[in-house]
Amino acid sequence: MPDLGALFDPKGIIITGVSNHPGKFGFVTLHNLLASGYEGAVYPVSRESGEVLGLDVLGSIDDVPDGAADMLFICTPPAINEGLLRQAAAKGVTAAFCAAGGYREAGPEGVEMEQRLIALCDELGIALAGPNGQGVVSTPSSMCAQIVAPFAPAGKIAIASQSGNFVSSFLNLANHTGVGVSRAVAAGNASVLGIADYVEYFTDDPETAVSLVYIESVDDGREMFERMAPLAARKPIVVVKGGASAAGARAAASHTGALASDDAVFDGMCRQAGLIRARDVEEAFEAAATFATQPLPDGDRVVVVTTVGGWGVAAVDAMADTRLDPAALPDDLMAAIDEKLPPRWSKNNPIDMAGGETRDTVPEILQLVAEHPDVDSVVLLGVGIQSNTASMMRNGPFFPDHGLERIVGFHERQDTRYAEAAAEISTATGTPIMVATELANAGPDNPAPATLHALGRLCHASAGRAVRSLHHLAGYSAWRQARGL
Amino acid sequence: MSITLSEAESRRIVSGYGVPVSPFVTGTSTAEVLAAVEADASVTFPVVAKLCGRAIAHKTERGLVRLRIADTDALAAACDELLGKAVPDDGEVEVLVSTMVDGNRELIAGLNDDPQFGMTVMVGVGGILAEAIRDVSFRLAPITAVDAAEMLDDLATQRLFGDFRGEPEADRAAIVEALVALARAGAEEPGLRSADLNPLILVDGKPIAVDALLEIEEGDDA
Repeated sequence: MPDLGALFDPKGIIITGVSNHPGKFGFVTLHNLLASGYEGAVYPVSRESGEVLGLDVLGSIDDVPDGAADMLFICTPPAINEGLLRQAAAKGVTAAFCAAGGYREAGPEGVEMEQRLIALCDELGIALAGPNGQGVVSTPSSMCAQIVAPFAPAGKIAIASQSGNFVSSFLNLANHTGVGVSRAVAAGNASVLGIADYVEYFTDDPETAVSLVYIESVDDGREMFERMAPLAARKPIVVVKGGASAAGARAAASHTGALASDDAVFDGMCRQAGLIRARDVEEAFEAAATFATQPLPDGDRVVVVTTVGGWGVAAVDAMADTRLDPAALPDDLMAAIDEKLPPRWSKNNPIDMAGGETRDTVPEILQLVAEHPDVDSVVLLGVGIQSNTASMMRNGPFFPDHGLERIVGFHERQDTRYAEAAAEISTATGTPIMVATELANAGPDNPAPATLHALGRLCHASAGRAVRSLHHLAGYSAWRQARGL
Repeated sequence: MSITLSEAESRRIVSGYGVPVSPFVTGTSTAEVLAAVEADASVTFPVVAKLCGRAIAHKTERGLVRLRIADTDALAAACDELLGKAVPDDGEVEVLVSTMVDGNRELIAGLNDDPQFGMTVMVGVGGILAEAIRDVSFRLAPITAVDAAEMLDDLATQRLFGDFRGEPEADRAAIVEALVALARAGAEEPGLRSADLNPLILVDGKPIAVDALLEIEEGDDA
């Protein structure tokens, strides 16, 4: 298989089909590439000469200096692309993203052109992504080579998707949450490079901590299993599958065949290969974001720390559908917490501080719980409430008098501290600390979610969603442990 | 084109890979059956007698199963009766006699050659409602003991594996062993298309298949 290095970290890019019409793919790709701050050489090529976005348009790939570009981004129609690939290869191009459609998806003639494209790339030794795909993103190279938006903050999630639109969805979620992305690629027709090829690259990629893939169709399930299982042993792979609810309609002579729905078999393959299967796009992103930013738990025992009763109950309820265990608090931990809180605290899991917390209580309790050997993970709830109160004070008619300025500052500093403490203590103890509040969506400027966003860590939008992500972490950890990894 | 093997043929194949099946003998006449039961100490009364043959798939529906046969005389009568029920379309038939095993918990296990994933192995909640309940877990064959244990963990009906109506806790290790053996049959047996072990009864917590049906690609059967 050709090296994908030039696809994700090219030193120079040739874009074909560049137009001065801002609605055309060639223009948008050039725009997005320049707007994302790509620092390599960029060579727009078109039949129309002139200048686009401040760059001189070359009339032919032959005009590109030898060896100056190693990636070709194709926005021209199928009929001329074989010639362009030959010219590009002669200039030193080793990777291509073909955004152009009109191939397999366009009927018998397109099928034939796609076959020729595959053979040609094989002959030229070009790693071909697409055709009929939306593009490729790579934050280490500040590269948004896409016919659509968006770009994303830098981070450790690498995305490969059989639907271009879901690449955008994942990137939008990265922007919204602040949990960033290393690479993202739309597989398009996947005529040469498929999901397993990208995941193989991501697994070797030091910029990537977790792969996030969307799969719609599986051509050869056995091959996918055999390639993905060894990769999953090295780095987590989160999978979301479309078309999963279609029942296996196969006529079967046996009970087993009748029970073998596509979904049941795919699910079993994921469990066996160690692929982390999410139910939908949001759950998949959040699981990947959690893998990218939290340590792996050693087991299933979870302690919930909360300043509010209801969300604590909701968190434990949510664990009923998962492998997670809201474990009883060990005696020594109970005794240590007794020293920190007034007697009305819950005395069990969830640890409901019942308003008994003072200036340093939340970080202190978090530390005690996270460092305890019988606790595998922590869920912190109720952050942002103080700043919510502060916000109403700040925006009310009495601010800054009556002592409001001082208390508003205190509340906001406290929530900032809670978010920072969750990150610091998790890193120091190696115990995942999930933070959840609806303010992640309902009040993203609140200092609690805003601080986590700035730290590049996920603030879950509810206790249930935090629990779901944690379930995936614990499941992957158990899969590894059962195999001595 | 695939064909379905008789229950006796199916039992012999899976049992050759180490899948536990209830002790059984076969014969094509009443005398042969009685002699076989006499000769095999592992087959003990009460027994079950079934008419079986490649063309006979729906034994219960046709009344070709006799349960709880207490002694030799009753078995002789049952054999006469079952052999008398054979029709020309059934082809070669024989009577299969097996020790009647009892247990309240029934699993289903099976194999299926999947068009995308190749040979798969399944375990689930068994019995006549298996297809309605659909509490099953699949893996790609062959599997390790770790995979098999995780298949059991996947099932929603975990209460089935605890103490149950006076019966002991399920022997998970024994079930795991049976699944690994079944998956090996799936991976290694030439021409195999599918297999049903339904039910796989838990007897003192250990799984024993009391029915087996294998489907094979015709031509691979010597």
